[in-house]
Amino acid sequence: MAEPLPKKDRTKVPRQPMPEQDAQLRAHNFTEVNLGLDEAIATREAQRCLECTDPKCVQGCPVGVKIRDFVQLVVAGEYLRAAAKVREDNVLPAVTGRVCPQENQCEGACVLGKRLTSLAIGNLERFVADYERQTGQIGLPPQASPTGKKVAIIGSGPAGLSCAGDLVQRGHAVTVFEALHEIGGVLVYGIPEFRLPKQIVRDEVDVMRKMGVDFQTNVVVGKTVTIDELMVDEGYAAVFIATGAGLPAFLNVPGEHLAGVYSANEFLTRVNLMKAYDAAHYDSPIYDCQDKEVAVIGAGNTAMDAIRSALRLGARSAYVIYRRGETEIPARAEEVHHARDEGVQFKLLHNPVAFLGNDRGVLNAVRLTKMSLGEPDASGRRRPLPVAGSEFEMPIDVAIIAAGTGANPLVQSSTSDLKTNKWGYIVVDPATMQTSKPGVFAGGDIVSGSATVILAMGAGRTAAASIDQYLRES
Amino acid sequence: MFRIHEAQFIAPDVKRFRIEAPRIARKRQAGQFVILRIHEHGERIPLTIADSDVGEGTITIIVQGVGKTTHLLNRLEAGDAIQDVVGPLGQASEIELFGTVVVIGGGVGTAIAYPTAVALKQAGNVVIGIVGARTNKLLILEEEMRATTDVLYVMSDDGTVGEKGLVTTKLQQLIDEGRQIDRVLAIGPIPMMKAVADVSRELAIPTSVSLNPVMVDGTGMCGGCRVIVGGESRFACVDGPEFDAHQVDFEVLRQRNAIYRQREQHADAEFQRDPTKDLNAAHACRLTETGNG
Repeated sequence: MAEPLPKKDRTKVPRQPMPEQDAQLRAHNFTEVNLGLDEAIATREAQRCLECTDPKCVQGCPVGVKIRDFVQLVVAGEYLRAAAKVREDNVLPAVTGRVCPQENQCEGACVLGKRLTSLAIGNLERFVADYERQTGQIGLPPQASPTGKKVAIIGSGPAGLSCAGDLVQRGHAVTVFEALHEIGGVLVYGIPEFRLPKQIVRDEVDVMRKMGVDFQTNVVVGKTVTIDELMVDEGYAAVFIATGAGLPAFLNVPGEHLAGVYSANEFLTRVNLMKAYDAAHYDSPIYDCQDKEVAVIGAGNTAMDAIRSALRLGARSAYVIYRRGETEIPARAEEVHHARDEGVQFKLLHNPVAFLGNDRGVLNAVRLTKMSLGEPDASGRRRPLPVAGSEFEMPIDVAIIAAGTGANPLVQSSTSDLKTNKWGYIVVDPATMQTSKPGVFAGGDIVSGSATVILAMGAGRTAAASIDQYLRES
Repeated sequence: MFRIHEAQFIAPDVKRFRIEAPRIARKRQAGQFVILRIHEHGERIPLTIADSDVGEGTITIIVQGVGKTTHLLNRLEAGDAIQDVVGPLGQASEIELFGTVVVIGGGVGTAIAYPTAVALKQAGNVVIGIVGARTNKLLILEEEMRATTDVLYVMSDDGTVGEKGLVTTKLQQLIDEGRQIDRVLAIGPIPMMKAVADVSRELAIPTSVSLNPVMVDGTGMCGGCRVIVGGESRFACVDGPEFDAHQVDFEVLRQRNAIYRQREQHADAEFQRDPTKDLNAAHACRLTETGNG
């Protein structure tokens, strides 16, 4: 336990860096990149908090974690109580402590960041969550007495889990239906082991099981059972749709069917969910990346996850091909930095116009055009335009398309009276997450389009509050 | 866990399973499939649902041993369990009163064509069946097909059963005889489906084929099963598995199905050499069975 520093001394302590696995080493293994803070570093970091009376960080957090309070518990050495404090608002603290873009949220709002560097809130959250996990003394939040009402949650990603956690605390009987064979959605199929070890997701899910959440895998709602059947035949009084934005976008350029061209979803699902990186123990194959030239198309977080996975699968060269420039890169700065340290090369202002293959239908090159940036487009970013006559071929063996995802129509198309917009996303009242169908709520990427884990969790919380109110009034 | 109620070889290396999966049994329509994973370390593979029994809560699948996963599956017996079974996936077969429909099954494709033949018959169609096999031992579901078709032609490559010749020989013969054919369904190896499409294209007889590309999730999430139909990319798992045979690019399908060939052959050879590890993993399912489905 440490003494709080006098306020004037707090700004003199520099932000404590996160220890990392050596870049040369980690580029060849799937072990976690960030190693976590120890107690001494965590305490020193926590002491930097200015304890604002009106903490901006809490407002910056989509699920409203009581950041000031948990950080002071860290200063006091009360790590388990700190973790329990986080858990009051966040069912996945060990996950969000690793994958949140804190720089845009809590840390982006931190007053320290105005003149110095913001408090490392994400690293502290991860520290208390890992401490709690390692002691096995999980502070389960108090639960209301059973209401006798059943809620079905469709999808076990961040939005579904966050909603389930809140509803079970309020005494409702919650069942989460998952289409795949493992619980966690994008946390298990999308985010790689080196950024989010799967054991952490399993541990968090086990905590939710202890809280009473029922998980059913291998149920594709829309196919195995419909929402109407869940509500009419199986007695679910409310439904929360949290199916994510899982439909992969392709570029619609020639050659996309060649062997060696993957969607990022397929590549990452094979590597993460099916554990293709551990070929000695798992059966699902993946295209051999050993000593190959691999390129990812796109520069978002998914692109970084995919290309860094390819590097770890033995790629000789790993490229990010992106049609805009450095300042437009949508991935988190930390991910781009990690990728570069590991040897990923960025080909900015380039765009594929075709994939080329041999006579057996196997990819061997991509034809690229150089791009320049014109006037801002609808997204506010400068529109990329092809440079005439600049096309050239670049030999590659594997191409991974990470050009975004769309709405999967399975649930919507099998549900009557569910209103969707022109892109197929579900239309909700943003204040309540209520859809056009009574008793049915939706949130996360299936409403917003691709966003982040924490925004999906925020939507799950908002939905949980209105589902709770709906159930009490009905 | 999905318990196996019954498992029986119906031809060399072709086994019929009845598996407890009440939710899937209730919803399943002809033409749809399941994806299964035998044990914790296994891959996910798609298999067409051959039949279902709602009362008993079971589905039937017919499995031909072609690689490691199917060879392992074919070593399982009644009382064993499969870790994961998910479905019913894909679109149901188009069932209407077409008139006269020729249903063609090649090899284990007959198992996939059979439920659709039943549904077509129930819809009032005249159903002509053509089933083909390399040799008599590999012919499956002959009795079942005979019972559901108005007339059944059996073809074999070596003449050991039925007539010697290809299924397309018989189809061409029916066409040449001036037989009115309103629709064709062909399910079997890629070269067979392509050959059928080439025959029926001449007379523009609407023809469906059921495609079997490599899949992972089966819900439209990965796009690994993309096929080219009418020049456009379609996902067989959610848009198919049945497509207009005259629009399918069979060459791309063939090439994409070969992506993992080397790895698959290696895995199968390793398994055949020593199946203990995988059998133990599969039997662990039996020990830890909790029973839901």
